[in-house]
Amino acid sequence: MEKTFTIKSPSGLHARPAALLVQKAGSFPCDVFLVKGEKKVNAKSIMSLLALGIEANEEIVVITEGEKEAEALQAIGELLEA
Amino acid sequence: MEYTGISAASGYALGPAFLLQDSKIQVVKSEVPKENLNSEILRFEEALGKAAHELEAIKEKTRQTIGAEEAEIFSAHIMVLEDPEYSGAIKELIRAEAWNTEWAIQEVTNRFLGLFASMDNEYIRERAADLRDVSNRLLRHLLGIRSQSLSEITEKVVLFAHDLTPSDTAQLDKDKVVGIVTNIGGRTSHSAIMARSMEIPAVVGMQDLVEKIKAGDFVIVDGSEGKVFVNPTEDLIKSYKGKQTRYEAQRQELKKLVSQPSMTPDGHQVELVANIGNPQDALVAVTNGAEGIGLYRTEFLYMGRQELPSEEEQFEAYKAVAVMFGKEHPVVIRSLDIGGDKALPYLDMPKEMNPFLGYRAIRLCLDRTDIFRTQLRAILRASAYGNIRLMYPMIATLEELKGANKVLETVKQELLAETIPFNKGLEVGMMVEIPAVAVMADRFAKEVDFFSIGTNDLIQYTMAADRTNETVSYLYQPFNLALLRLIRGVIEAAHKAGIRVAMCGEMAGDLTAFPILLGLGLDEFSMSASSILPARALVRQLPWRKAQLIAEAVLEMDNPQEIDVYVKQKMQ
Repeated sequence: MEKTFTIKSPSGLHARPAALLVQKAGSFPCDVFLVKGEKKVNAKSIMSLLALGIEANEEIVVITEGEKEAEALQAIGELLEA
Repeated sequence: MEYTGISAASGYALGPAFLLQDSKIQVVKSEVPKENLNSEILRFEEALGKAAHELEAIKEKTRQTIGAEEAEIFSAHIMVLEDPEYSGAIKELIRAEAWNTEWAIQEVTNRFLGLFASMDNEYIRERAADLRDVSNRLLRHLLGIRSQSLSEITEKVVLFAHDLTPSDTAQLDKDKVVGIVTNIGGRTSHSAIMARSMEIPAVVGMQDLVEKIKAGDFVIVDGSEGKVFVNPTEDLIKSYKGKQTRYEAQRQELKKLVSQPSMTPDGHQVELVANIGNPQDALVAVTNGAEGIGLYRTEFLYMGRQELPSEEEQFEAYKAVAVMFGKEHPVVIRSLDIGGDKALPYLDMPKEMNPFLGYRAIRLCLDRTDIFRTQLRAILRASAYGNIRLMYPMIATLEELKGANKVLETVKQELLAETIPFNKGLEVGMMVEIPAVAVMADRFAKEVDFFSIGTNDLIQYTMAADRTNETVSYLYQPFNLALLRLIRGVIEAAHKAGIRVAMCGEMAGDLTAFPILLGLGLDEFSMSASSILPARALVRQLPWRKAQLIAEAVLEMDNPQEIDVYVKQKMQ
C-alpha cells in the first residue's frame, strides 16, 4: 500500500518527529518505507531517515508491505500530518 | 610549571594526574574464511548485545545520578544500535565481502558519516557524534579494549582528557575524581557544565597540556582562576592546601543554606533566583538553592547554529526547565533579545552604526512577528507544565508593550482554537532597562504583572557609555546616584501599583550592591547560580532595617567610590 503525505512539522522530519516515526514504524511487523524523490529508505532506520533530510512542506510517499500494512499506513500518516 | 586555561568549575584540587586515554582504535582489514562467516556474524551480534546492555546500564545510572534530560543522550545511542539498516549493512558486508566485523563496522559507519557530513544541521551533527560513539563502543568490545578505564580509578586523582564525552562524565565517580583538566572546551561546553553540576573543580581549554603531562605527575587544579600547576613546589602545595581547606569549609557552611528561606533576621523575605541560558544551567541553579529562574536568556537557543530553532525544539527547552522547578517556583522566560552585540548570521541583519541603540530585542520581534510568534507559541505551550512567566526585553514605549501583548493574544487564540493546553493566567512582565521606561515606571506598572530591572543596559543607556568599549569603562558606574535614583523610582512605582520588582543584571549578584537594593525594597534578585548561596548568607544576617538605613544614607552621597567604601564598612 502507498500514500503521499505533506510534512506539516515546521522543523521537517528531524529530531523528535524522526525518532517518533522510527518508533512507530518499528512497532509494526510489516516493512515500512519512505520515498522522497528518487530515494527510498527503511522507515525503521533512524539514520536512513535523517540522511534523507526531509524538510517542512515536502511531499513524502509512505509504502507499507506485509502484515498489518493498512494499520501501519494510517498510523504513520497521522504522525506525518500531526 | 604553571599553565592557564578557562575556569570551568571553581574550587581547588591536588593529586596525581590520571590520563584518560583517548583509546585510539586501530582497525585492520582481514578476510574471514568462508566456513567461519556464520560465527563472525555471531561475534558481531554478541558485541551488539553487550553494547546495548552497557548503554542501558549507563542510561539508568545517568538518570539517577544526573537527570532524565542527560540520560536521553543514551536513548539516542541505543536507537543507533538498534537501527536495522546499520546492523543489516554490517552483516551484509561480512557475508558478501568476507570482511572481518571490525572492518565492516568502520565501513558502514563511514558511509553514514559521509551522508551526514553533507547536511548542514545542528541535530544531524549531534547524531553523527552519537554514531561515532556507538561504533567505538562496538569496536572496543570486539577488540577487547577496556573502555571503562574511568571505573578502574582506585585512588583520588585529577583527570586529564582531550575532551570528555557524555559517556565519560556519566561514569565519573565524584569521590575518586577530584579535579578535571581538558584540552578543549569553554565555560558552556558539556564537560564544563557537568563539572559544575557535580562540583568538581575543573579547568578546560588547556590546548595541548594533556599531551605534555605524564600519568602520576603531581598537579594542582585551581578551578577558580583557571590555572593548572604541574609538579609544583612544596610551598605552593602548602599554600593551595590552605586555600582548599578554607574553600571547602566555606562551601560546607553555604551548602547548609540550600533549602533555607532568603529572609532577614527581622523577617523580611526576598527571592534569590538564577539567570540561565539552557536547561543544563537550570540543574546547576537547583543545586545552588535557586528559588526559581529570574531570567531565562532564550537567545542562546538561537546562537551557534545555522537556522532558527523550531517551535518544538524551543518547547522542549522551556518545558524541561518548567518541569524542573515545578508549580511552586517561577521560571521567567525572556523573549528573544538578539541584536546589539549578539547578531544571528542566518538572519542577515544589516550592520549598524550603533547596534546597542538599534534594531534589537522587542524591536526586531515586533517587526519579524514570524520569529516572535513561534517563540510565544513554544513558551505558552510550555506554560502548561510549570510556573512559567513571560518577559519582554527592551520595551521603550507603551505602544511597543501593547503591540507585543497583541501578538501574544493572537497566539493564545490560535492555541485555544487548536485545543492545545497552556496557562491562561500566564503572567507577563517587562524589563526596565531603558531610562525612558524607568522615568515612566508608574505608567508601565499598570500594564504588566512584574518588572525586572536590567542593570547592564540601564547603566550603559543612563551613562551613554558603551559597556563593551574599554576606553569609556570608567563611566560604567552601578553606584552612580542617577542610576540608584532610577532604581528607587522604579521600585516605588511598582509597589504603588501592587506589582513585584526583580533585578536581573550583574548588580543583583554583587554583594556590595545587595544591601542597598535590599534596603530600597527590591523583591527578587536574579543572578548567576554561584552567587546565590553567598547572597543568601548575607540576607540571613542583615536586618532589613539596617539595609534601609544604608540605602537612605547612600542616596545622599555624590560619589560612587564613597558609596562603595561606606557599604563595605557598614557590612564588616
